[in-house]
Amino acid sequence: MYGWLWRTFPGGLVGKLLCSLLLTTAVLALLFFVVFPHVEQLLPYQDVNVDVPQSAAPLDV
Amino acid sequence: MTADGVRTFLRGLGQTLITLGIVVLLFCVYELYFTNLYTDKEQSRLGDAIHETWAAPPSPSPSPGVKLAEIPLGSGVAILWIPRIGMVGRGHAKVVVEGVGTEDLKRGPGHYPDTALPGGVGNMVVSGHRTTYGAPFNRIDELRTGDAIVVESRDTWFTYRVTSLRVVKPTAVEVIYAVPGQRDAVPKQKLLTLTTCNPKYSATTRLIVHALLDSALAKSSGEPPALTGGA
Repeated sequence: MYGWLWRTFPGGLVGKLLCSLLLTTAVLALLFFVVFPHVEQLLPYQDVNVDVPQSAAPLDV
Repeated sequence: MTADGVRTFLRGLGQTLITLGIVVLLFCVYELYFTNLYTDKEQSRLGDAIHETWAAPPSPSPSPGVKLAEIPLGSGVAILWIPRIGMVGRGHAKVVVEGVGTEDLKRGPGHYPDTALPGGVGNMVVSGHRTTYGAPFNRIDELRTGDAIVVESRDTWFTYRVTSLRVVKPTAVEVIYAVPGQRDAVPKQKLLTLTTCNPKYSATTRLIVHALLDSALAKSSGEPPALTGGA
């Protein structure tokens, strides 16, 4: 996959490096701002409350 | 399958596994480091905001014991100082936000709506992250009976003293009652309760710290002894 990407990127060495950097940044941003915030909800680290019925505490356990 | 085919397949598999491994490591970086950066930024904003509010002439602000419908969710309620675990001074003492929703707790310890205000009769309940998002309550298991927990409000330092630590089930709502354990009892004491998850990196139980108001000191008289090293 990485080999294929490298061959597919346009331009000479500089173009390929730039494309790599751009793609890496985009993937990292996607992970940190979209994927991870969703995934972390599956982990128990946020469950710090005792379970409060109804509206008092939106977060629950 | 030819030798070349096998080689291509294995290479693809290897790259995929390495990539997945890196993603998992990045997730650790996110949880253990990135979330703290977010909380630090929010805490610093909340700190500026609350000090600004306090510096302004007291608008009809809620006084201790008043019902808190007036405090908007997500705004700063008070500042929490816990000398035993190094939670003292600007940047370390935590601004408590109103509300205990996921988003509120990402910004700092959260005050359960409808529980007492600082210094109020009843039970002021604050929950906070044990790990990730600044982990304000990471070390509250180190608190001992008699340790000070200081709540700074607009014009008063409320010094509470720890009375007990216990581990309860996640469903133990009785710990946040105005009189813990007694649903409809009329409160007389001024309590503070901290809740967080337990053990660290898990949430099978909750760690609860109860404290009782020991003294209230006007901020014009300087910091309370608990913060100046007196006790």
